Amino acid sequence: MSFPREVSPSSEPPKRINVGRRVFLSLAALGAVGVAFGASIQNFIGNAFGSGLGGLLPGGDHFRIYSITGTYPKVSRQNYRLKVSGLVHDARTFTIEDLEAMPKTAFVKNFQCVTGWKVPDVHWEGVQLSHILKVVGVKKGAVALTFESYDRADSESLTLDQAHLPDVIVAYRMLGAPVTTEHGGPVRLYVAPMFGYKSLKWLSAIHVVDQEVPGFWEQNGYPVNGWLDGTVGPKNPDPGLT
Amino acid sequence: MTLTQATSETVRMLRFDRVQRGAHWITAALFGVLIVTAIPLYFGSFFGLVWPRHLVVQIHLWSGVALPVPIIVSLLGPWGASMRRDVRRINMWTRQEMRWLKTLGETPLVADKFNPGQKLNAIFIGASIVIMLVTGSMLQWFRFFPVPWREGATFVHDVFAFAIFAVVIGHIAMALTHRGALRSIFTGWVSESWAAKHAPVWLKEEKTGSDAID
Repeated sequence: MSFPREVSPSSEPPKRINVGRRVFLSLAALGAVGVAFGASIQNFIGNAFGSGLGGLLPGGDHFRIYSITGTYPKVSRQNYRLKVSGLVHDARTFTIEDLEAMPKTAFVKNFQCVTGWKVPDVHWEGVQLSHILKVVGVKKGAVALTFESYDRADSESLTLDQAHLPDVIVAYRMLGAPVTTEHGGPVRLYVAPMFGYKSLKWLSAIHVVDQEVPGFWEQNGYPVNGWLDGTVGPKNPDPGLT
Repeated sequence: MTLTQATSETVRMLRFDRVQRGAHWITAALFGVLIVTAIPLYFGSFFGLVWPRHLVVQIHLWSGVALPVPIIVSLLGPWGASMRRDVRRINMWTRQEMRWLKTLGETPLVADKFNPGQKLNAIFIGASIVIMLVTGSMLQWFRFFPVPWREGATFVHDVFAFAIFAVVIGHIAMALTHRGALRSIFTGWVSESWAAKHAPVWLKEEKTGSDAID
């Protein structure tokens, strides 16, 4: 691109163009395009560079680590206990070895936060929640589960039907290693078909109850049924979504 | 005139008035807080144990909401004449200025009050404030937006955060290597000889009372 030489005599000021407004509006348009297509661009970056390098790039794979209390409860593998009680035939307290001795479920699924960030292809390992419920035996009249965290602040809930979904697990391995403290280790919940806030960290207790009690985030305005497709009914109309 | 004895070294010109300096430094302070709080939020894995995240989030959120306020307040109202004039300067470019920027300073330039690089910095920061405010609001008040938009907003917020960080580092580096310009954002004043060298169009305008912009 070339411009004609400046020929205007010094007495006459050179013509001016509103470059500022144009650049400003172009940047704003770029931002809008980014909002509209950012999800696809991000997937492309993830696919093109993999999660290793993708994690270093802006918009790449990052867990944003959340904690309600501002700290992480530190629970050692040895001291870890999962209490299961309520409307069950056999209230039990499981050690991490007890959980590991149960049939293992492993899969690779995204971690999708309700606020918009996503970590694709996270490797999960644990035991299906439905198996734990089978071990303790759910009594008649039970309709829901409540979950407690070692952080003494977070809580969650699932209906009994939701708890029996095959990709709802009590996870003790994540990203190919034991679940770290920041990710909710040694043991956390992973509810694959729902947004991340349903996957309670530092899982300490499960109560089987006769009515659904909204958890911490639900009391702060998040849907009780936080399906990834944005629906909020007790059942997900699209089970193939996850 | 009483200034006939003065040399161009000692004659001072007001480059930034009190309102502009105030707007600059409050905006700079808010950007500083936003960048410092963004680091542990973005790289949570490394900083999460040290920082009470919810507090950091609140500081980041409200600094972000406040970010456009000093500029808007300085532009509106009877105190904003210089600010409004400088916005017009930053908006209007000669072809010579565009060419100077395209050739990265290799072509001749009779500089305005701000050189094209400074103008571009101001335009970028102005657009960034709007983009970060909009995408940040989408992340904070996400339930009004569909999930793919939230993902897109996260992406844009992240990418612009990196760009802003780079531009701010560049801005500070240029300021530290251009002492005359740096002094003027603290005190408001430059010498006439500085203006003759770095901003001849502006100097001529101030001397003659002409207006090259409008």
